[in-house]
Amino acid sequence: MLNAAVKNRPPSGATFEHAVVLQNVVKSYDGTTQVVKGVDLSVRSGEFLTILGPSGSGKTSLLMMLAGFEQPSDGAIIIGGRDVSRQPAHKRNIGMVFQQYALFPHLTVAQNLAFPLEMRRMGRREIDDRVGWALNLVKLEGLGARRPAQLSGGQQQRIAVARALIFEPQLVLMDEPLGALDKQLRQQMQDEIARLHHELRPTIIYVTHDQGEAISLSDRVAVFEGGKISQIDPPTALYNAPRNDFVAGFIGENNRIPARIISHGPPSRLAVSGRAIVSALSVDIAPTETHACIMIRPERLRRVAHLCQLPNTIDVVVSEVSYHGDSYRLRASLDDGIDVITRIPNDGTQSIPDIGESILLGWSTEDARAFAGGVSATIR
Amino acid sequence: MRQRSPHRTGWTLVLPLLVFTLVTFLAPIGFMLWKSVYDPEVAGLLGQTRQALAKWQTSTGLPGPEGFDALSRDLRDLTGDGRVSQLALRLNRERSGMRQLIEVTADAIAEYDRPLLEIDPRWGDPDTWVLLKRMTQPLTARYFLSAVDLQQTPQGSIVRQDESRRIYVYLFGRTILVASVVTAVCIILGYPFAYALATARPRMQRLLFFIVMLPFWTSLLVRTTAWIVLLQRRGVLNEILVAMNIVSERSRLELIYNLSGTLIVMTHVLLPFFVLPLYAVMKGIPKQYVRAGKSLGAGPVRVFLRIYLPMTLPGVLAGAALVFILSLGYYVTPALVGGRTGQLISNQIAFHVQTSLNWGLAAALGSILLVIVVVLTMLLSRVTQRGVL
Repeated sequence: MLNAAVKNRPPSGATFEHAVVLQNVVKSYDGTTQVVKGVDLSVRSGEFLTILGPSGSGKTSLLMMLAGFEQPSDGAIIIGGRDVSRQPAHKRNIGMVFQQYALFPHLTVAQNLAFPLEMRRMGRREIDDRVGWALNLVKLEGLGARRPAQLSGGQQQRIAVARALIFEPQLVLMDEPLGALDKQLRQQMQDEIARLHHELRPTIIYVTHDQGEAISLSDRVAVFEGGKISQIDPPTALYNAPRNDFVAGFIGENNRIPARIISHGPPSRLAVSGRAIVSALSVDIAPTETHACIMIRPERLRRVAHLCQLPNTIDVVVSEVSYHGDSYRLRASLDDGIDVITRIPNDGTQSIPDIGESILLGWSTEDARAFAGGVSATIR
Repeated sequence: MRQRSPHRTGWTLVLPLLVFTLVTFLAPIGFMLWKSVYDPEVAGLLGQTRQALAKWQTSTGLPGPEGFDALSRDLRDLTGDGRVSQLALRLNRERSGMRQLIEVTADAIAEYDRPLLEIDPRWGDPDTWVLLKRMTQPLTARYFLSAVDLQQTPQGSIVRQDESRRIYVYLFGRTILVASVVTAVCIILGYPFAYALATARPRMQRLLFFIVMLPFWTSLLVRTTAWIVLLQRRGVLNEILVAMNIVSERSRLELIYNLSGTLIVMTHVLLPFFVLPLYAVMKGIPKQYVRAGKSLGAGPVRVFLRIYLPMTLPGVLAGAALVFILSLGYYVTPALVGGRTGQLISNQIAFHVQTSLNWGLAAALGSILLVIVVVLTMLLSRVTQRGVL
């Protein structure tokens, strides 16, 4: 017993407080291309961690390995202090929520909820109590006798979440759980998941490609790119201080303005559109006279009346104005054809420019971040 | 140009198939159902007798003299063009001896015009007249009675056939038994196969598909001949078994021209009808359900029993129903490889249609088979619609 405990002790750095520890996890299906390229990750007990990434970034493979449907080619997965890398899925005690709900269609809602408890050979009375508790938890009392097909999409997903929580698993995995819902329901479900996490404090690993969900739900977000974690931070840090231009472009809307480095700061001085000299915070050091790109959030790019109103300004011509209810969204072009986007709040204090009108946009130096390289000028 | 209503366009498109179905399917079935209760042959031959006997109460003994006269006139009218022997044969099918009675009587009437009672004392037996009265009524239940081994006595009560003539209930039983066994074997062989088919990689899947479709692509005669080559007393299988000393030279297995031949070959032919619907259902079950089951703590066996099996049950039912219904009507295979003990009810129907020309009985047997199939289909759709499965 003692030996086993010693053997299974997590390596230095990770303690038993960590519900999940990944050590250099590698996955390759064909032996040559690695889909997951050595991921290290520790998830605290009760933490809500989101794995965010575009399709093909390896996030689904990582999830499959966590759940036990795939085995890592290399590295270790430690859940609750035990190495489960070679353990089959049904012995891992992990609750999972699938994108398409995966409620068993031949069972009633109550039978679906009772299923994991029956697998754990719980007594009938306790099962009934727990099922009642779970239905109450997701506010679907009285629907226990229905079949999944008789529920709406949102209700089905709530039952699926309840089913993943009912047996108090040591880890809950959610695989794009809102992906099958329409926009309005998605917001509701998001609030629901946040509430459940707040009430019950389960450890949750949530996989999505939707950065909105990731930012509003998570304690921390791990951004995946090309089989690796690109940055892992709380949402605010990720949004305000992206560590590379992939994260800067992937999280939220961002303007990318190509520039030439003139001097290193802080703050760095850069030339934009050939003429304007502006400053920005440098993220990575590149030689002067090389290319860089400046990233500025649309909401931090403000319309100004005078050159001296903000330290950095550029001349642009408005090319598109679209109305969004609470705000107007402006697309404007620099001299060399680079487009930037900005938002003007619809609060009655500002006039809305016409298409073709020349205006001045400006920003505070601490709102702009310069990344080395960044030749491509795609705007997300 | 005049615009056609979409409604009418729809009908126009459906019409050819509708007419085809009506002419080749519904009409023959309707004709068969009618034929099983409608037998105007004797009524047509003995028109005057029929009228004369209409008012006669069978419980009052012999009919009045007008009955005797009418029959004499009918028989005289029939004499000369073979219709007497047609009548004699038809009545003989109902009761043996009637052929001789009718032919002798008709001859006697034609030659001497003597009263019936003097020609043959059997005309003094009320039972003879009861039979005539019954046979001259075109609407009849006697085919259905014979089809379930029953008959009506002259006194009018319904009793079982003589023991030597009871065959149809036994044959229906054997047919249902054979259909059940074939269905069961198809389920046992087909379920794992369908699973392999649904989960195999594309290349393997093509090969498995080829195997399962092969019976469809081979002509019936080639297929049957192949089975004969394999299964007969001096066939491939027996030779191998004898060579391996598993069976002795004397006790070679009788695998064909009996019930086992019917079972083996029918299972082979019908297996695709089970595998394909089940494959379609299995293919439609996303991996997620099995994964969900595993993640909730169910091991492979319990995932199969609690999740996969119930979810594939509609496919099993659809396939099994198809196989069972097709087996009930199977006729060619039993005829070719069934020998004497492997014959099914359909072979009797074919016999009555083609050889004995007793279409009424064939129709009644066919109608019973049809009712069994319809009831089964309705039960099945009831079960699947309720979502019990």
